[in-house]
Amino acid sequence: MSKSSLKQTLKDLEAKKISIRELNQDYLKRIKENENLNVFIHFSEDNVLKQIENLENDNSAKKLKGIPIAIKDLFCTKSMPTTAASKILENFNPTYESFVTQKLLDEGSIFVGKTNLDEFAMGSATNTSFFGNTINPLSKENEPLAPGGSSGGSAAAVAADLCLGATGTDTGGSIRQPASFCGVVGIKPTYGLCSRWGIAAFASSLDQAGIFSHNVEDASILLQSIAGFDQRDSTSAKVDIPNYFENLDDDLNGKTVGIPKEYSIDGTPMEISQIWEEAIKVLEKKGVKIKNISLPHTKYALPTYYIIAPAEASSNLARYDGVKYGFRSDEINSLDEMYENTRAQGFGREVKRRILIGTYVLSAGYYDAYYLKAQKVRKLIADDFNRAFKECDFIVTPTAPSAAFPLNEKQNDPIKMYLNDVFTVPASLAGLPGISIPFGKDKNNLPLGIQILGKHFDEQQVFNAAVSLERSYE
Amino acid sequence: MNNLIKGEKHDWEMVIGLEIHAQVKSNSKLFSSSSTKFGSSPNSQVSLVDAAMPGMLPVINKYCVEQAVKTGVGLNAKINNYSVFDRKNYFYADLPQGYQISQYKYPIVGEGKVTIDFKDGTSKDIRIVRLHLEQDAGKSLHDQNPSKTYVDLNRSGVALMEIVSEPDIRTPDEAGMYISKIRSILMYLDTCDGNMQEGSLRADVNISVRKPGDEYGTRCEIKNLNSIKFIKQAINYEAKRQIEILESGGSIEQNTMLFNTSTGKTRPMRNKEEAHDYRYFPDPDLLPLEISKEEIGKIKSSIPELPDELKNKFIETFKLSNYDASVLTAEKQTSDYFNETINSDPELKNHAKIVVNWITSELFSLLNKNNQDLNNSPVSPEKLGQLIKLISTNEISGKIAKDVLEDMFSSGKTARQIVDEKGLQQVTDQDEIAKVIDEVIAENPKMVEQYLAGKDKLLGFFVGQAMKLTKGKANPKMLNDILKQKLNKKN
Repeated sequence: MSKSSLKQTLKDLEAKKISIRELNQDYLKRIKENENLNVFIHFSEDNVLKQIENLENDNSAKKLKGIPIAIKDLFCTKSMPTTAASKILENFNPTYESFVTQKLLDEGSIFVGKTNLDEFAMGSATNTSFFGNTINPLSKENEPLAPGGSSGGSAAAVAADLCLGATGTDTGGSIRQPASFCGVVGIKPTYGLCSRWGIAAFASSLDQAGIFSHNVEDASILLQSIAGFDQRDSTSAKVDIPNYFENLDDDLNGKTVGIPKEYSIDGTPMEISQIWEEAIKVLEKKGVKIKNISLPHTKYALPTYYIIAPAEASSNLARYDGVKYGFRSDEINSLDEMYENTRAQGFGREVKRRILIGTYVLSAGYYDAYYLKAQKVRKLIADDFNRAFKECDFIVTPTAPSAAFPLNEKQNDPIKMYLNDVFTVPASLAGLPGISIPFGKDKNNLPLGIQILGKHFDEQQVFNAAVSLERSYE
Repeated sequence: MNNLIKGEKHDWEMVIGLEIHAQVKSNSKLFSSSSTKFGSSPNSQVSLVDAAMPGMLPVINKYCVEQAVKTGVGLNAKINNYSVFDRKNYFYADLPQGYQISQYKYPIVGEGKVTIDFKDGTSKDIRIVRLHLEQDAGKSLHDQNPSKTYVDLNRSGVALMEIVSEPDIRTPDEAGMYISKIRSILMYLDTCDGNMQEGSLRADVNISVRKPGDEYGTRCEIKNLNSIKFIKQAINYEAKRQIEILESGGSIEQNTMLFNTSTGKTRPMRNKEEAHDYRYFPDPDLLPLEISKEEIGKIKSSIPELPDELKNKFIETFKLSNYDASVLTAEKQTSDYFNETINSDPELKNHAKIVVNWITSELFSLLNKNNQDLNNSPVSPEKLGQLIKLISTNEISGKIAKDVLEDMFSSGKTARQIVDEKGLQQVTDQDEIAKVIDEVIAENPKMVEQYLAGKDKLLGFFVGQAMKLTKGKANPKMLNDILKQKLNKKN
C-alpha cells in the first residue's frame, strides 16, 4: 500500500496531474474493498459523487479542495446522519453542521463518510459501538485486532488509506491511543483550540476535536483548518492560530525535552520502554537537552479522570430521554417508564456503566469525597505540568502501554480497558496538546506510538518535535 | 402589633420565607438568542440550544446578567464579582437538557434587604439571602389530548431571577407586602414586567409555626403561587393545618406542598425522602461569571430613582405621611402620575394630600370599576390637576367633584367644561345659603323640636335637606356654620 500524503496530493491536484474525481474514485474503490473493516457507520457513494460534482462546478480556490476526509460520527453533519455509535441516535439527522466540519467544508474537502467509534466516545477499542467493532487494518488474517478507541474508525480509515485525513475527538486519549494502535499520526490540541459546537458531548471539560493523518505535515495542515475561536462555545479560546505547516521546523537544537519518571510503570512491556529510550536518544543526537522531570500526581490521573468524565457524561447524556428526538421505546405506560425503557434499550453497557458511576459520584453525600476531590487533584495534575514546563519545552512519553490487542481481549474487564489511557489521560486533565506518532514496532511487528506533549496553545512546538522525530525515524 | 394566631390551646406565630421567581425582562433567553415573547404559538421560539440538540452549547446573555446586577443593587444587596453556573439535574418532559442551569454555591447577588411599610406608620426590614440566575423550564400541556401530554418549549431557557428571603416574615399580610415591594422595585428597575398573571412573577412559600420564643418549627414549602391573594390564602390554610397537627400531639413532616386555588387547600406533593437529589455541579460548558467593579459601577450609575428614595423625597417635599408616600410609590406608574399631576399647576404643591387622596381613592376606584389601568386612564394627570384646583379654590365641593370626575372619566371633557355646562359652581353666597336654610327649618318644625330637645344627630338631616335644595353646590362649611347658628337661635 503506497499512501500518498495530503501535502503531495494538493500539489498533484494543483498541477492537474490528477483530477478531484480521479482522486476520490480511487478512495471510493478502497473504501468498498475494505467494507469488512467496518470503518464507517455511514457511507454513501452517491453522497461522495454529489460532493465531487459540486466541487467540479466550483471555480473558487480552496485550501483543501477535493481532499477526502473521514468524519468521526460524533460530529453533527447536515449531509449525513449522526449517531454517536448509539442506538439512541440511530436515525438522527442534524439540521446543523458542527463548527469543525463546517470549517472543513468551507475549505472544500470531501466527506467520505462517518466513522465508527465507541458509543458516545466511551471506550478504548471501538468495541462498544451499537454498529459493531471496527477491525484494525493492520490485523493479520484470523487474528482481528482492535483499532483502539474511541476514534478507532477514524484511525483505521487513515491507516487503511480510505481518506487523506480524519477528524477525531479526544477526551482521555481517544485520538492518541487509536493513532498509536493503527500506526498513524493523531493530534489532540489544547482544550479550547477547536470549538466543541456541534460535537455530541461526552465530558465537556475534556472533549476536544483533533486530527488523524498519514504524517505530521498533513496533521499540521488539517489542524490549522479546524482550529479557531467560536463565540457559540464559551470554552473556545480567543487565540491566534499560526500557520503550523509553514512554521514547521525540525531543528530542535537547544530545546529541552522533559522525561517524566512517573511514566515508567511496572508491567509496561519492554518494547514500549525501548522505543521510549530510542526516541530520547534520537532527540539527544539532534542537540536536544534531556531533562528528567517529575509529575508527582500522575498516578492519580486515571481515577480522577474516571470520576470527572463519567460525572459530566451522566449529565450530558440526560438529554437522550426519548422526548424530543432519537430512539423512544415502544413499551411506555408512564413518563418514568418512557425514560427507563428508552434509556435501558437505547444505551449500551459501557455508557450505562459510566452514567451510573457519574450519577453516584455526584450524589448528595458522595460529591465531596469523589467529584470535589477529583477536581482538586485535577488542579494538582495541571500544576505538575505547569511546573515541569518551566524546565522544558516539550515532554516525550509512550502513547499507550501496549500495541493493538486482539479484538475481544479486554471486553469483559473494564478496569483493564481503562488502563489503556494511563499515558494520555494526564494531559487531557491538564488541557494540554498532545500528539502520537508511529515510532517503532513490537515483537509482532505492530506499530507503537510516541506521545509528545506541549504547553497550552503551543501546538507548533509539538508539531516541530513530532516532525523532527518522524523524519529521523523514516 | 400582635402577629399571633390563636389555636385551641396556645397562641402561635408563623415563620415565613419566600423564594420569588422573577422573569428577567429581556428580549432573548438566558443562554440562547430565542425570543421570550409571551403568548406565541407553541414551540415557535425554540432554538437548537433550547431543545437540547446534541452538541449544542449555552452562551450567557450579558444583558440578563446586567439585569440581575441591577436588581441586586435595587435590593441593597452585595454584588458578587465571581459567580458560577451549576447544573441541577432531574428528568422531566419539559426539561430538554435533563438539567436546569442555575446558580448554587456562588450566586451573582448576595445578602440584601427591603423595607415594608405598615398603615400605622411603622416599617420592617425583610432580609434577602441571595439572588441567583437560572433557566426556566418548558411547559407540559396535559389538557390537549386525552391520552397524551404535549410539551411547549417556548419558555424553556427563559431567564429567571430567584430571590430568596430570610424567614423574617410573620403574617400573610407581611408576605403580601413583601412580594408587592419586590415587584415594585423590579418594575422601577425595569428588570421584570411584574405580570403575575402571565407568571412573570411567582413565589414558593416556606412556612412553619412555633410558640412565641421557641426555635423554628419544621417547615413546609408551598410551590408556585402566582398571586398575592393565593399566597395569603395558602399561608393561612397551611398555618392552620400545621397548628391543628401540633395541638393534637402530632409533628410536621417536611413536605413540598401544592396549593389548590379552587379549594383553597394545600396538599403534599412529595416528602423529604422523596426529595430529588439534584446532583448539582458546576456546568463545564460555561466559564465562571466574573464582573469587574467597573462594570458594577457602571450599572449602578444607570439605576433610576427607586421607591424608597422617592418615598422619602415625597415625605420631605410634600409633607406626606410615610404610608401615603409608600402607597404612592408602590408602583412606578402611580408615582409618575402623581408627579405629573402635582407639576401641572404650581398651586397644587400646597395641596399634595388632596392630590394623593384623589389619585389613590377616587381615580383608583373608577379605574378598578372599569377594569382599567393608570397607564391608559381616560383622565390625564393634567386634567385631574385642573379638577383638584377647582376643589382647592372652593369653586366646587368635594362631593360635586366626585360626580365631575365620573363625568370626565366617561366623556373625556375637562372639569371646567362640565362645571360650566352643568352650573355646578359652589354656592358661597351667605345670603343665598341662609335663605335655603330658613326654608328647610320652616318645612320641618317637628325635626327642629327634636333637635332642640337634644337629638344633635339630626343636624345631618338638615344639612342633607339644604344640600338637596342647592343640588349639592352649597359650600359645606358655610352651610354647617349658618345652620348651627340659626338652630341655636331658636333655643
